[in-house]
Amino acid sequence: MSNFLIILDISKTHLFAKKKQTAVAALGVTFGIGMFIIMMSFMTGLNELLDGLVLNRTPHVQIYNKIEPTVTQPIDRYLNAANQLNHIESVKPKSRLERIHNALPILSELKKNDKVKGATPQTTCKVFYRAGTNNLNGIINGIEVNEEVRLFNFKEYIVEGDVNSLIKKKNSILLGSGIAKNLSLRVGDKIQVSNTNGANFSLTIGGIYQSGLADVDDIQSYVNLKMAQQILGVGGNYISRIHVKLIDLEDAVPFSRVIENIYDVKAMDIKTANAQFDTGSDIRTLISYAVSITLLIVAGFGIYNILNMFIYEKMNDIAILKATGFTGTDVMLMFIVQALAIGIMGAALGLSLGYGVSVIIDNIPFNTEALPTIKTYPINYDPLFYLTGIVFALISTFLAGYLPARKARNIDPVEIIRGQ
Amino acid sequence: MITKNTPILETRNVNKYFLEPVKFHVLKDVSLQLYRKEFVSIMGKSGCGKSTLLYILSTMDTEYEGELRIDGETMSHQSHDELARIRNEKIGFVFQFHYLLPEFTVLKNVMLPALKLGKESESTIKKNALQKLEILGIQDQAYKKASRISGGQKQRVSIARALINNPKIIMGDEPTGNLDSKNSRIVFDVLRELSTELDMAMLIVTHDHDFANKTDRIIEMEDGYILNNK
Repeated sequence: MSNFLIILDISKTHLFAKKKQTAVAALGVTFGIGMFIIMMSFMTGLNELLDGLVLNRTPHVQIYNKIEPTVTQPIDRYLNAANQLNHIESVKPKSRLERIHNALPILSELKKNDKVKGATPQTTCKVFYRAGTNNLNGIINGIEVNEEVRLFNFKEYIVEGDVNSLIKKKNSILLGSGIAKNLSLRVGDKIQVSNTNGANFSLTIGGIYQSGLADVDDIQSYVNLKMAQQILGVGGNYISRIHVKLIDLEDAVPFSRVIENIYDVKAMDIKTANAQFDTGSDIRTLISYAVSITLLIVAGFGIYNILNMFIYEKMNDIAILKATGFTGTDVMLMFIVQALAIGIMGAALGLSLGYGVSVIIDNIPFNTEALPTIKTYPINYDPLFYLTGIVFALISTFLAGYLPARKARNIDPVEIIRGQ
Repeated sequence: MITKNTPILETRNVNKYFLEPVKFHVLKDVSLQLYRKEFVSIMGKSGCGKSTLLYILSTMDTEYEGELRIDGETMSHQSHDELARIRNEKIGFVFQFHYLLPEFTVLKNVMLPALKLGKESESTIKKNALQKLEILGIQDQAYKKASRISGGQKQRVSIARALINNPKIIMGDEPTGNLDSKNSRIVFDVLRELSTELDMAMLIVTHDHDFANKTDRIIEMEDGYILNNK
């Protein structure tokens, strides 16, 4: 029987002799690890859901024409601005077309690029939805449905009807859910739409679109690209926006710079468009880590406390062991083994607890109008959380055990025996 | 009186100070020898330093001046781990208050020092432990928990534990101090028998005159000095 086996044997006897204390210490760890996993799974699940809500359908780069003042005013070119001060009152933006110049060649160039997963054209037209004497302001986007479904999960936001109705029937419309509600319209009904020049179009509702963002759902609808161009009364090369999805999101910023340099357009990358969103999810992750780590530290203190008491109670045993030839290191190992045993038991239970509760949460119905595609609470089953949980449990129990164990190593048996 | 040429345990001019609460000279130039098979008792009033001396002799207390030799080997500059090994192998210790590990069985208590020594297989150690318990007449208690047996039985178990590695010296700090006269007598008889039969030297601190008078030699102490070596 090797030395370490004897130490294991003694540790086992100690742990089993104090079943209740062992269980309480282990449950402290279980609770800490379990809560850590539940918190992280739930919080990151929620983060992913919210990220998905915005990021999945947000193009990585949006290309459009922006109306803005010219950077170099003509007078500066004529009279050198370096030598004199030219002052112009009330500068007006240069008049530009809303459509992208040479959109179709740009689109085909983009589609050939290695970094691009896909690019879709959109034509936006301002319209009135007509209902009796009421005119509701609105926007209709002309889209290529198949590409939108492939690249931006468009299908997930069609809560009723069929997304392919746009392909099957030219005058089909996917109506925003807010508009449908306000005008009491259902799939299959007709809706009158007039453009800014007053021309009327009759469209059939092929489906209801719901993004979960009320501002969008109250004004926005989708039609076929050709239909939108027809409403505007323009040709097939009239495209007001191009949405690009890249293979790697991290390329968005440099890629948008490149596009702006090559073409005479404005390119907005996802990071700039959704800066506040990134910050939000970062901070949520930070908070959940902070809370979880606090829980684990509290559990660690619990173990420290119990082992400290344990060693106090075991003073006599320590003195006997040392008097009969066990070294200080043996005694220290004994208590570290006990701490780690508590940590392993607690962590194993904690992982099961965390997983179990996560599964339960995952099955709790969660229906909200804002999130049409979500039926239950979101949970992220990332194995990394479980790994982090185990590692942290072992490190914290080791430390919680090491300090009292070191104390036990240095206990002078003579003092204990004398003290009796 | 048996004397052999080389003492199994020997001290030369051991001095010991307590530093707290005030500096106090506990042991003053203590020199003594213990020979093989000798049964020696140390007597003296409370506070004369006899227990302190015993803890130094047992190698548990290392803060002293002077020289300590056990089995010809000097102890003064050994590491704590090395001392633990020597204690394990060469010294058996019997305390006043039984000092068993309460959560382990009687048998396991006896076996532990031998398991630590690791010279024999577990099954041999178990056999030896049962044999030692038999010598002390308590083999029927072997599988009981140490916390479940009587005081006299506990003291005999702790003697069995002291014997398990067949040490050269058995030290006792008032091993009978806590026992009634009947159990005292049993303990004395066992120790006496062991010293002659198993070639073990006994060094027993006691207050009990009857006990001391039956030993080979009494070392009497007063105020940190050894008075006489009768």
